Amino acid sequence: MDPQEKARFERLVIPHLDAAFNLARWLLRSGVDAEDAAQEAMLRAYRFFSGFHGGDARAWLLQIVRNTCYGRLDRVKNMTEFDEELHGPSSPTPEALAIAGDNRERLALALRSLPPRYREVIVLRELEGCSYKEIATITSIPIGTVMSTLSRARAQLQMSLSEKAST
Amino acid sequence: MSCNRTETLLHAYFDNELDPGGAAEFERHLEQCPECVDALDALHRLRSSIGAAQLYQKAPGSLRRKVLPARTPWRWLAAAAALLLCVYTGWQIASSHRDDQTVLAEELVDAHLRSLQPGHLTDVVSSDQHTVKPWFAGKLDFSPPVRDFAADGFPLQGGRLEVVRGRASAALVYGRRKHLVSVFIWPMAAKDTDPRSGSLQGYQWVEWRHAGMEFCTVSDASRSELETLQALLAK
Repeated sequence: MDPQEKARFERLVIPHLDAAFNLARWLLRSGVDAEDAAQEAMLRAYRFFSGFHGGDARAWLLQIVRNTCYGRLDRVKNMTEFDEELHGPSSPTPEALAIAGDNRERLALALRSLPPRYREVIVLRELEGCSYKEIATITSIPIGTVMSTLSRARAQLQMSLSEKAST
Repeated sequence: MSCNRTETLLHAYFDNELDPGGAAEFERHLEQCPECVDALDALHRLRSSIGAAQLYQKAPGSLRRKVLPARTPWRWLAAAAALLLCVYTGWQIASSHRDDQTVLAEELVDAHLRSLQPGHLTDVVSSDQHTVKPWFAGKLDFSPPVRDFAADGFPLQGGRLEVVRGRASAALVYGRRKHLVSVFIWPMAAKDTDPRSGSLQGYQWVEWRHAGMEFCTVSDASRSELETLQALLAK
């Protein structure tokens, strides 16, 4: 990469490092894995930067982050099937929610428990503030599907939060 | 009874994804659909509790350091360059303080600025050189040349006393169109020098030595105008 292109990468892509890590952190549910994945994604982005022809650099980077994370999840799944011990319960038990008393823990647990396809739209919409169009770009799903996925993801999140409230 | 819009349009409305027409239409729907109103309320509550939970995970420093090593030489170079610039600037400032000429120019620009304050411009107001010149006699231990250059576009306006480098000096005031020029004169036992010039805070100065005196003109007029006056005074 020539210095000018490198400077462009630093200006357009590097500022979205937090967004990259945040998405990886919620998709992989592990800080260590997320750090690896975000680094790998940054490296890929750097390598493929000539293929970026302007536009939304954050969405472009997050698309790479997402693909990197799903690649990792698939590898783990193939190797160990699904490891409950490693990745926590797929749905929070009422006991776990009750223990996780404060709002932050309660929400983090509920969010971690969502299926990845639901979790990612919540993270992108609510934490990253992405538009439907950006979410569609990042996840490679049609805008209409973004809307219905968000709708189902929110319903499930609300349900798992109210489970706690009712116990 | 279930509203079929709670699952789709409601979210698009909540996320500001509807065009203005669509949003207005949905708001009309809201007026008669308590179910959607409740659902919208629940979405707002969900969003505010997500916001309050501060779930955003910023990149840790260790990742930042790993991602940035490609930049490290550049950063190091930039830091080194910045340091060098600081040292150079510091040296410039230090050496400029050692530069006698600049100290003098600062002093004279200040004097010129002070003189622009109301009532400070001239101690003797006269366009007549034969009034101004005798006024200095008895107040100074030297006799500054006082001439009117009205014919050359520099009418004499008056004179005043200044203290330059701790000693009593003459300051002549000339007009130049809408500008004022101070000409500071003090005795200097040294041989004549060619004019040197510079600028400070937007003011121009021209300094030279002639006939056992040092002259310095200061003004917000242009450099070339000061040089014209210098030529007249040095004649």
